Amino acid sequence: MGILEVQNVNKRFGGLQALNNVNLNVEKGSVHAIIGPNGAGKSTLLNCFVGRLTPDTGSVMFNGKSLLGIKPHQINQAGVSRVFQTPEIFSDLSALENVMIPAFAKRDGAYKLNPFRRVTQESEIRDSAEEVLRDVGLADRKDLIAAEMSRGDKRRLEMAMCLVQDPELLLLDEPTAGMARADTNKTIDLLKHIGETRGITKVVIEHDMHVVFSLADKISVLAQGTVLVEDVPENIKGHPKVREAYLGEAQV
Amino acid sequence: MLKLDSKDTRLFLIVIAMTLLAPFILNPFPEGSNLAQFNAGYPDLMQRFVIFGIFAIGFNLLFGLTGYLSFGHAAFLGVGSYASIWMMKLLTVNVIPAMFASVIVSGLFALVVGYVCLRRSGIYFSILTLAFAQMSFALAYSVLTPLTGGETGLQLKAADPRILDFGAAEGSIGRASFFGIDMRASMELPVGSWLFTLNFGYYLAAFVMLIAFYVSIRIFRSPFGMMLRAVKSNQNRLNYTGVSTKPYTLAVFVISGMYAGLAGGLLVAMDTQVGPERMFWTASGEVVLMTILGGAGTLIGPVLGAGFIKYMENIVSKINSKTLEAWFGFLPDGLEDALITIVYPFVGKGWHLTLGIMFMLVVIFLPGGLVEGGKRIGGWLTGKGRKSKTDGGQEATASTPAE
Amino acid sequence: MDAILLQTLNGLDKGSAYALIALGLTLIFGTLGVVNFAHGALFMMGAFCAVTFNKLLTLSTITLDPEKKDFLGNPLQVRTPYIEDWLGPELGAAIIDWSVPLAILFAIPVMIIIGLVMERGLIKYFYKRPHADQILVTFGLAIVLQEIIKFYYGANPIPTPAPSAFAGSFDFGALIGMDPGTIIYPYWRLVYFAFALLVIVAVFVFLRFTTFGMVVRAGMADRETVGLLGINIDKRFTIMFAIAACVAGLAGVMYAPINSPNYHMGMDFLVLSFVVVVVGGMGSLAGAVLAGFLLGILESFASMTQVLDVLPGINQIIIYLVAIVVLLTRPRGLMGRKGVMED
Repeated sequence: MGILEVQNVNKRFGGLQALNNVNLNVEKGSVHAIIGPNGAGKSTLLNCFVGRLTPDTGSVMFNGKSLLGIKPHQINQAGVSRVFQTPEIFSDLSALENVMIPAFAKRDGAYKLNPFRRVTQESEIRDSAEEVLRDVGLADRKDLIAAEMSRGDKRRLEMAMCLVQDPELLLLDEPTAGMARADTNKTIDLLKHIGETRGITKVVIEHDMHVVFSLADKISVLAQGTVLVEDVPENIKGHPKVREAYLGEAQV
Repeated sequence: MLKLDSKDTRLFLIVIAMTLLAPFILNPFPEGSNLAQFNAGYPDLMQRFVIFGIFAIGFNLLFGLTGYLSFGHAAFLGVGSYASIWMMKLLTVNVIPAMFASVIVSGLFALVVGYVCLRRSGIYFSILTLAFAQMSFALAYSVLTPLTGGETGLQLKAADPRILDFGAAEGSIGRASFFGIDMRASMELPVGSWLFTLNFGYYLAAFVMLIAFYVSIRIFRSPFGMMLRAVKSNQNRLNYTGVSTKPYTLAVFVISGMYAGLAGGLLVAMDTQVGPERMFWTASGEVVLMTILGGAGTLIGPVLGAGFIKYMENIVSKINSKTLEAWFGFLPDGLEDALITIVYPFVGKGWHLTLGIMFMLVVIFLPGGLVEGGKRIGGWLTGKGRKSKTDGGQEATASTPAE
Repeated sequence: MDAILLQTLNGLDKGSAYALIALGLTLIFGTLGVVNFAHGALFMMGAFCAVTFNKLLTLSTITLDPEKKDFLGNPLQVRTPYIEDWLGPELGAAIIDWSVPLAILFAIPVMIIIGLVMERGLIKYFYKRPHADQILVTFGLAIVLQEIIKFYYGANPIPTPAPSAFAGSFDFGALIGMDPGTIIYPYWRLVYFAFALLVIVAVFVFLRFTTFGMVVRAGMADRETVGLLGINIDKRFTIMFAIAACVAGLAGVMYAPINSPNYHMGMDFLVLSFVVVVVGGMGSLAGAVLAGFLLGILESFASMTQVLDVLPGINQIIIYLVAIVVLLTRPRGLMGRKGVMED
């Protein structure tokens, strides 16, 4: 049984069938990539996992429990973290604070109202945040206000915010979009590294085939809201349906 | 000290020193001199400095940290005032129970209002709080007259039961006191041609403000405060990070309402009367103004803003055409008249015009308020502040090397 | 039945004012994305356009009439407005009598200029700032405007009469076949309602049937795309701001006879108009108009003695109460669009 099981998910926006009977089975500890042309419904699908959207029909089960109908923070507390396509960070706060907040959420649950605890008391939280910042290569920039960071650093920061929670499932929406090749390779290394040391299951949306084939254990190809194929990378490369989906798009 | 880091300790010590020495610092001009009208060291005004300081500190906890702009905070101040005066009428003229009552009642009221209003954010939240405050004002003015005294408001009366003040001066009007010490008790201290007034009421209010200020520092420096800043920065991210934001915003809304209630209670303790105009939405606007002017989201800003506005209000509104003539009298007649004509609309009754202009200038040019202004000046003076001239994030982002 | 009709009619004039102010607020919000707390001040400025125009018309020469004495025994001062000198006493007097409707002609250019100056001089710098900043700066501006008016016109309301032809009331009940005397309604309120409808229709026609209006509506729906088409949307939005200012101003001009203008009338109406906008649905023009009339009429019903007996004070809070209920049950208001102000 997979850690994330998606069955017959449908989502319509007005006249557009964004997701059409999508099935997905992500195995524990694996890296599952979702690829497909623009507008295939990849981000929509991810939004259904974190409570941003609710599918019209179908089920999304995480560790045997449904993720539908519960709030985003409950989904996160259940062990799902997400990196967004455009970095969602706390721009007015320092990098360290950005990472400490998810660490607090992991330890204290959805809320803990104690106005008289001091941040300086929380050395454990601070240490774990600094450790993750080191992992993503931001140790020297931890006191920088997030808004002042470069785009690549913001992405790394967001990744750190997810990693510090040690999620069971990490959702990544185009983690390398707009990155230079060197940065992309660094990110691949980072993701591999996390895979080995922490054993986090990952679902990655990606356009860059280099990234997909270096990371993925399994690939689902999505086109026009439908899963065309789900298979291991070797079998995806030459698959006629995949070629059709991509080339078909190119010919139009 | 007091579980504060060294920087905060220094700030807190400065604030303590300033409040304790206020009767002297604020009276720099000798009695009877031309400039004596600029003195602010008399009890009534100083009390208002610290009381509105409390109000603004509390407002800043909500607005400065979370960015939720409440336009109805005067309602909590009013409710606190009413609670306080009823306590004095029914139980005792001792201000301590009255202050507790004002904090508790306004806290409960804030819990109800906040529970409803916080279901929306942004401008909707502002309008909802405004609607609640206006409703409270309208009700206090009309239907709730038995409870609020309607338009005339409430004062202490000789006939008040005051059941805990056993027979104390039967049939006389009570005076607010602290275990027997009259709020109005003052000691006059002539030094040369200066006259300093040390007032008990002021020191009590100042003490309360120092506690309120200390609590606000602790909130700022707590994980709770960090979460509140995260709410302001990116509420969505916070949700996807596993944090439920509502308990945080509601908690700080209630705390903020309690601060406002405490300020209202203290107002009654100093001057035992209350009317509904205290809850009118312009009063809510005033506290917004104090906070912005001083610097929203900073520790000391609200206190500075409250002091600055109350001082200006008091001084500027006292200036009349005679004062102006005295000032510009040395100038040639034509110039004198011209200057008086120009300045006249801004002083005296025109104080609100000055206030409005000041408000606009601050929002336009100095969104960080007086605190930011001070920092910039400090930066220029030390010569390394060139960079802080640029407008924060954008410039800095542009100057970082491309990826 | 007649009671219901009466209250509906009574609610129309306030409802009209709410609708006009809310319409302008929504236009500004929808086009420029700015929350304008100074909009009530524009309404107030409009009312003072009527006052000023009246004062201008009645500028007089003062002559002494030796034959008549005032109560102190001095020769009576006779004020003859210049306009009566120039145009003859009858025409002059008629023009003065009609000063409020005529003030519309005066108010249109004045309000447009005020609108343009406001937008170009202040508001345009706040497009990209947070809504809180917009609220604060326009709030400051509202204080400034109202204090200026207070300085020049004093704090007391200034009675500004309607033309004598519309003074007084008529028997509306008898007109529609009811018993005489059941519904007595002042003429001017009916005029105000008709005027408000006219302005509202004009704005809607303008937005629907002119290219200018089409571009503006498209801009309201999706500013970026319209900008990509190479259309200078900002310039049009500036003009829309002036139009919105003008609508608020006209609402104020014609309101002057109903409620003698005072310097704080703008703020009084602003708070309620904002509630109206929110109830109608931020960004929905039709919603603003509908909610304006609805709340005006509702307020009028709440002031019926029969209602007040059961729910004392309800007339004071009904609008706020409705706003709270609507916001909590239908967050987008009655006719609000998805995605407006939901960040």
